[in-house]
Amino acid sequence: MNPIVRWFHQLGSPPYFDGFARRYAPWGYALGGVLMLWGMWLALYQVPADYQQGNSFRILFIHVPAAWMSLFIYGVMAVNAFIALVWRIKLSELLAMNCAPIGAAFTLITLVTGAVWGKPTWGTWWTWDARLTSELVLLFLYLGVMGLYGAIDDRRNAARAAAFLALIGIVNVPIVHFSVTWWNTLHQGASIRLIGPSTIDASMIAPLLFTALGSKLWFIGSLLARTRTALTDLELGKDWVRRQLGVTR
Amino acid sequence: MAEATARTALLALLRRDLLLVWRRRGDALQPVLFAVLTITLFPLALGSDAAFLARIAAGVIWVAVVLAGMLSLDALFRSDLDDGSLEQLLLSPQPLALLIFGKVLVHWLTTAVPVLLATPLFAAMLQLDSNLYAVLLLSLLLGTPLLSLIGAVVVALTVGMKRSGMLLALLALPLYVPVLIFGAGSVMAAAQGLPYLGALLVLGAALALALVLAPLAAAAAIRIALS
Amino acid sequence: MHTMIANAPPLLQARQLVFARNDEPVFGPLDFQVSAGEALLVQGGNGSGKTTLLRVLAGLLGASSGSVHVNGKPAEREAIATHTALLGHLLGHKGELSADENLQFALGLYGQREGISRSEALEQVGLAGFEDTFARTLSAGQKKRLALARLLLVPAPLWLMDEPYANLDLQGIALVNGMIERHVQAGGAALITSHGAYATPAVRTRLLELSHG
Repeated sequence: MNPIVRWFHQLGSPPYFDGFARRYAPWGYALGGVLMLWGMWLALYQVPADYQQGNSFRILFIHVPAAWMSLFIYGVMAVNAFIALVWRIKLSELLAMNCAPIGAAFTLITLVTGAVWGKPTWGTWWTWDARLTSELVLLFLYLGVMGLYGAIDDRRNAARAAAFLALIGIVNVPIVHFSVTWWNTLHQGASIRLIGPSTIDASMIAPLLFTALGSKLWFIGSLLARTRTALTDLELGKDWVRRQLGVTR
Repeated sequence: MAEATARTALLALLRRDLLLVWRRRGDALQPVLFAVLTITLFPLALGSDAAFLARIAAGVIWVAVVLAGMLSLDALFRSDLDDGSLEQLLLSPQPLALLIFGKVLVHWLTTAVPVLLATPLFAAMLQLDSNLYAVLLLSLLLGTPLLSLIGAVVVALTVGMKRSGMLLALLALPLYVPVLIFGAGSVMAAAQGLPYLGALLVLGAALALALVLAPLAAAAAIRIALS
Repeated sequence: MHTMIANAPPLLQARQLVFARNDEPVFGPLDFQVSAGEALLVQGGNGSGKTTLLRVLAGLLGASSGSVHVNGKPAEREAIATHTALLGHLLGHKGELSADENLQFALGLYGQREGISRSEALEQVGLAGFEDTFARTLSAGQKKRLALARLLLVPAPLWLMDEPYANLDLQGIALVNGMIERHVQAGGAALITSHGAYATPAVRTRLLELSHG
């Protein structure tokens, strides 16, 4: 069997995943943290100030990677949700469910930094343009998945129901984006483009790449750590967990 | 032996559900009353300036219809779940998606059609320009079955839960947003003299898609929720 | 007819059937079969998984592992639906419909067995004269009888009966046993769960003990 496929199969086994997560989650956090800090340093001190917005545009180095992550994590969640529903793999269920809070956090960061950016730049904390509105709906979708997961007693059924919801929701986000774009054409003057500089200056690429990559690594670390905890919780009665925790009884 | 086909099953279900609604026909007025009350709140809160009300009329009516629809969703499967007849639907050899389609159809006929019939009343209450009545009705005609179908999928997911009311609303609303935008937006466009047919066509296309996909999704969701 | 029964594959066969919730085993692994002309009594205390077993066999729940075969072939949903009829805890009557209307609906869903009409079925279960009574005004025992009438009317050969004697008086218990006898003798089959020592039907009945918890 192809070694990569074999590794995936192995990864689905709880004890193996536990060991894998225990080893690599700290690396995810550490590397992610370093890259993000480096990117932020470049963003704050190396990139020249924008001629229009002054220094307030620098928040885009948090806002943009956070926005990318909010969408990327939904994609990861949806893929795992699909695997969980079709092949009923326990690990995929847990991975999908643990993506949701991380994704919700990034979405919240996107919305807050967007608001903070909007105030000095366009004079308003909030605007109903397509991107922000879709981001808000995305937040509700994440919260809905988390809410549904928490509301059903049986853990595996809860995961499957919430996974189903996640897959329905993934269709919704582009539709909302499309509908708000159309709606804004009716209300000229209410649409504000939230991508500030129209061309990306070369000096901006490096910090963006660092923060983007850093946030991805951080996400991997966080997902591995969360899923590991959830997996241990779910498998509490099993032998491998008892050996791990050193329970002799 | 009399064979049961998909057609006889659907007809039997429609007959049963319509009969059940008829036997509790008092309940059927509740969504309309809720919509009327909701709409009444707006002039009370915002003032009764006719020009202002006319501007917000379409949006307010749409919001009231969405909320009334959401509140009536729980009733779609609740009684069938409680007395075990939902189980009987799952056990029948006929496609569950077809039976769910029948249930949603009756649900729409009994909760949304009265609201549709009351729309001229709503429009009058909010001083909506009479030229826009037709667009409003058309948008609601296309939008309310779409809301019922999407809502059915969400209700199906939460069907096993005891107190799912608020959660149900929270799950359904993000999915309702595009319908609301295109529905109310079409009337807004017409009010400004802009082309509104596109929005209605989008609603129509979404409805066509939902007519096929939503019952299938709801059937899968029920099986997941009851497993 | 009898030679056909002897050579035909069993109506229902379960192989290594296991059901687990949250990785806690509810029952299994079970191996058993029910053939036409047989009754299988499933006994076990409260919480031993009898109801869950029936729901798995009826197709409402998916087994965690193992397989169910209907007429020798792996069970597809439609095969299970056409070959089995479930008498569960929740009887599935709509309170605002009359007894007859409830039966009419069931027939629309499942089809109707040859040779018996709705009024005959109601008579057999002792509900003659209650055709137009709303189901919600029926007593618990009468509701049970209505569900039994449904069993008589639907064409499924295998009856999955979960605690059929519950809520019934002595007459009702005799009714159930009589129904099972006639059904089995006519080539049907029945799988019955019970947690007590009720009188068992006087037909070839095998026993399956579930013990857990």
